[in-house]
Amino acid sequence: MTTTEFAASHTNTREPILKARNLVKTFGRVVGLDGVSLDLYPGEVLAVIGDNGAGKSTLIKCLTGAEVPDAGELYVSGQQVHFKRPQDARVHGIETVYQNLAVSPALDVASNLFLGREERLPGLLGSVFRMLDTKGMRRKAKEELTRLGISTLQDVTVPVENLSGGQRQAVAVARAAAFGSKVVVLDEPTAALGVRESNQVLQLVRDLRDRGLPVILISHNMPHVFDVADRIHIQRLGKCAATITPQSHSMTDAVAIMTGAAKA
Amino acid sequence: MTQQQTAGPPSAGHADLAEEFLDRQTPLSRIRNILHRYPALSPAIVLLIAVVVFGILNERFLRVENLSLITQQVAVVGTLAIAQTLIILTAGIDLSVGAVMILSSMVIAQLAVSNGIPGPLALIAGLAVGLAAGALNGFLVTRFRLPPFIVTLGTLNIFVALTLLYSGGSTVRGSAMPPVLTWLGSTFPIGPVRISTGVVMMILLYVVVAFILGKTAWGRHVYAVGDDKEAARLAGIPVSRVLMSVYLAAGAVLAVGAWIQIGRTNAASPNAGVDLNLDSITAVVIGGTSLFGGRGSIWGSLLGALIVGIFRNGLSLAGLDVLYQTLAVGILIIVAVSIDQWIRKVKS
Repeated sequence: MTTTEFAASHTNTREPILKARNLVKTFGRVVGLDGVSLDLYPGEVLAVIGDNGAGKSTLIKCLTGAEVPDAGELYVSGQQVHFKRPQDARVHGIETVYQNLAVSPALDVASNLFLGREERLPGLLGSVFRMLDTKGMRRKAKEELTRLGISTLQDVTVPVENLSGGQRQAVAVARAAAFGSKVVVLDEPTAALGVRESNQVLQLVRDLRDRGLPVILISHNMPHVFDVADRIHIQRLGKCAATITPQSHSMTDAVAIMTGAAKA
Repeated sequence: MTQQQTAGPPSAGHADLAEEFLDRQTPLSRIRNILHRYPALSPAIVLLIAVVVFGILNERFLRVENLSLITQQVAVVGTLAIAQTLIILTAGIDLSVGAVMILSSMVIAQLAVSNGIPGPLALIAGLAVGLAAGALNGFLVTRFRLPPFIVTLGTLNIFVALTLLYSGGSTVRGSAMPPVLTWLGSTFPIGPVRISTGVVMMILLYVVVAFILGKTAWGRHVYAVGDDKEAARLAGIPVSRVLMSVYLAAGAVLAVGAWIQIGRTNAASPNAGVDLNLDSITAVVIGGTSLFGGRGSIWGSLLGALIVGIFRNGLSLAGLDVLYQTLAVGILIIVAVSIDQWIRKVKS
C-alpha cells in the first residue's frame, strides 16, 4: 500500500483496521481476559498499559495469533478472522516486534529484513541454482528504510551486532513495518534502551504513524506512552478499565485508573 | 535524526557523551571489526606466516613435492571438516564424523569385494549409509531436543560398534577393490606437480558447499539458526527442517570422505581414523568458525586443515619430535578460540 492510500484511508474513514470484540481467555481457573474490546484506527498509535497480570500480554498475544481466545471476535479491515498461529496474523498484515528482539546478530541489516522471505535471482540462476538476489534485496532494503523514514540505518551491509541498541530496534521495527504490513505491534520497544536510543525509537513510532501505519505499543514507561500515543487503552484485572487520551487525562490519572485508585 | 525530546530527563547530555565514547574507534578495535567481518582472514594470516617460517627453517618445505604431499595428507580431514563446519555453524558439534566415514567406507569396500556388487553401486550404498547416519543424528537432535554433543557421543559409539560388527575387524585391501573405489587415490600431472584426484574432489566439495552457504536462502538460514534459534523461528524459518537438512548434508559429505579415504590409504580399515573426529573439530576451530554457531566461513576450515597439516609437516621437517607437533596443535586451538572470543566482543 502506498503512503497516499494510507493518508486517504486515514482522513476519509473511521473504520477500524483491527477490531476486537469481547475477547475472553482463561488459563485453568485464572481469567486472563474477561471480555475485552479494542479498536485500532488507521494512522494512530494506541498504547496498551496495565499493571503486571492485568492481561495486556494476553491481549496482545490474542491479537497477534500467539494465543487463541476462548471467546470473542477479531476483525481485520472489517473482515472476521481466526488466528491459530502467529503466521496467520502475519498473513493478514499484523507484524509483531517481540521484546527479546527477533533479529539475527551475525547477519547484516538487509539479510535480517528479508530473513525468512529471501528473494532469488530471476532465470536459471534463481530457479536451478537457487541463487539469492543479494544486490536486489540490499537495494529494496534501502528503499524500504527510506520509505519508512528510518535514517539511522545508512549501511544495510553492516552486521546487526555492530549496531547500537536503538538501531537494532529500528531493524526489528523496519522488518515489521516493511513489505505491506497493516498493523505493527511493539512489545516494550524501549525497555532495554538508553535515553537517546529510546527517543530514536519513539520518533520512529511517530514516523510510522505519520505514514499512516497504525501502531499498538505496549509499554511500562508512562512518559514514553504519553509522548507518542494518540489513545491509551488501560487494562485492569482482565478488563479494559478505560480508553483515554493524553489530552483528557494526566499521567497521575492513568496510574490511578491502572491501579484502581480512581474510576475513569 | 534525533530531536531533543521534551520528555527526556536532564541526563540526556551525558548519554550522548557516553555514546560518542563508545563509537570512538581505536586501531585495535578497527582490526577486530575487520577480523569480525571476514572470519577466514585470521587463519589465512596464520597460514601465510607458517609457510614463510617453515620455508626459512627448511628449504625442503617449499618444494612442490612436499606441498603436494601436505594437501594429500589433508584431503580426508579437510573433507570431514566440511561436514563439521555445517554442524558447528548451527551451534552444534558432531563427534561422530570419523565413525560415520569409516562405517561408510567399510560398507563400500565390503559390498564391492565380498558381495561382488559393482563399484558405482557400492558407492551409492556408502552414500545411503552416510545419509542414514545423518538422519539418525538429525532426528535425535530435532525430535528429542537432545544436545548434539550427547547425541553424537552416543552415535559415535554405535557407529564404531556397527563398523566392527559388520567388518569383523578385518581390513579390505585396495588391490582387491574395483578400480573406481581407489580412483580418488590416483594422481595426474599438471606441469611438474602431481595432483591427487582426492584433493581435487575435496576442493570441489568446498566450492559447492561455499556456494550453497553463501548464495542460497538455505545457507543464510543455516547461519540464522546457529546465530539465534528463537529469532530464526520468529522470522518464520522452519528451524527443525533446516537442522535436519544440515545433518543429512553432513552425512552425504562424509560418504564422499569415505571414498577419498579409501583412495588415500588404498584400503578400508575399521580401525583407521580414530582421531579424525577431533582433527576435524580442530580444523574448523582454527579456521575461525565459532563453536557458538552462526559465525564462520567454510574456506576458513580448509585453511584450518591446511594449517594443522603444515604445522605437522613443517615441524617434522625441522627435526622436532611428533610430541611437539601435538603440543603445537594444542596451543593453536587455544589461541584460535581465544581470538574468536575476543572478536565476538565487538562493539555492541
